[in-house]
Amino acid sequence: MKNIIEIIISTMTSQNIALVYILGMCPLIAISTNVKNAKGMGIAVVFVVTLTGIINWPIYELLKTTGTTNLSLLVFIITIAATVQFLEMFLAKFSPKLYNSFGIYLPLITVNCVVLAVSIFFVNRDYNFIETAAFSFGSSIGWMLAIILLAGIRQKISKNSYLPKGLSGKAIAFIILGILSLAFIGFTGLSIF
Amino acid sequence: MRLIRVKYTKWYNILKDGISRNNPIVVAVLGICSALAVTNKVENAIAMGLGVTFVIMASSLTISLIRNIIPQKVRMVTYMVIISTYVISVQAVLQAFFMPIADALGAYVGLIITNCIVMGRQEAYAVKNPVKYSIVDGFASGMGYTFVLVVVAAIREILAFGTLLNVQIMSVTWERWVVMAMAPGGFFVLGLLIWGMRELIKYYEGQEQTS
Repeated sequence: MKNIIEIIISTMTSQNIALVYILGMCPLIAISTNVKNAKGMGIAVVFVVTLTGIINWPIYELLKTTGTTNLSLLVFIITIAATVQFLEMFLAKFSPKLYNSFGIYLPLITVNCVVLAVSIFFVNRDYNFIETAAFSFGSSIGWMLAIILLAGIRQKISKNSYLPKGLSGKAIAFIILGILSLAFIGFTGLSIF
Repeated sequence: MRLIRVKYTKWYNILKDGISRNNPIVVAVLGICSALAVTNKVENAIAMGLGVTFVIMASSLTISLIRNIIPQKVRMVTYMVIISTYVISVQAVLQAFFMPIADALGAYVGLIITNCIVMGRQEAYAVKNPVKYSIVDGFASGMGYTFVLVVVAAIREILAFGTLLNVQIMSVTWERWVVMAMAPGGFFVLGLLIWGMRELIKYYEGQEQTS
């Protein structure tokens, strides 16, 4: 139980999947121009990542018993695409309100590396089922935290500042991300190497 | 004769655009995850760049060959399956012959599947164009990506370890910038590089939407 809490806290802060492992950058940069969209995308990612983490774990066990683990990448990506498709259909049918609020972000998630990375990481680290669930939930919350922080800062900057033309837009987003990432790495100190 | 010249210009333009004006990282800002995560050493960056170039070319070739029989509705899943097949083969080759590099790249080789550059080229080019141009286009995008990766990696490796391709460049007393080997260094270098390249090719983003 202690282990689970450790995993959740560390994946949200010091092992943050966006700012320390640098994953899921394309949507992070593309959708962080304002806080409202960032929140929608963040919630959609939390749903999908947690769900696919939980689904992929038993599938990987199945692959292990049949001895076909070298195909795991292919199987994971198909599972993810299927889950996203299914979730989209399910939401459209049973909860149109929720579907309207983040339905548009769902198709984008298939190509978000966070989803696949979570599945690859639990394989590499030999997590059991509960740990996998905690890891995928914590990571996705960490990603949501990163995108909302970035969106808040970018929104302010684009309104109230005079940037050089070439730096405005996406280039400045990287500088902000660097500073944020510095802060998150500061949780554990700079002595890794 | 004239036909050859026209062909030559088209090939040349595709190549040139992929590296400068349509550079996938600088202009479209795609495929950033791997560009930042593996660029703390130049050798990793070269391996990753070549891997991605191979995957783009091979999947462009395949998709362009079967472009007339892919049903419109399931084309995304088709791309995914083709791309992941090639990524698995790249991973297998790296693990068989270049074990140290495979270790250093770790999970990021598998993540080539979700590299938006690969998917983007299939959707934007390969599915509509004949085989030979698709391969050239894939090669150009891959080279543009590799170019940025190597530049970022060179800056970071010199500052963080004082070496370039494991050869000592800075004097031995060089105080290492540890932060350059970690995530923030990658963000800063890439951000400044994008700024510089955009000034060079005169590409500016319009006013951002803030609604």
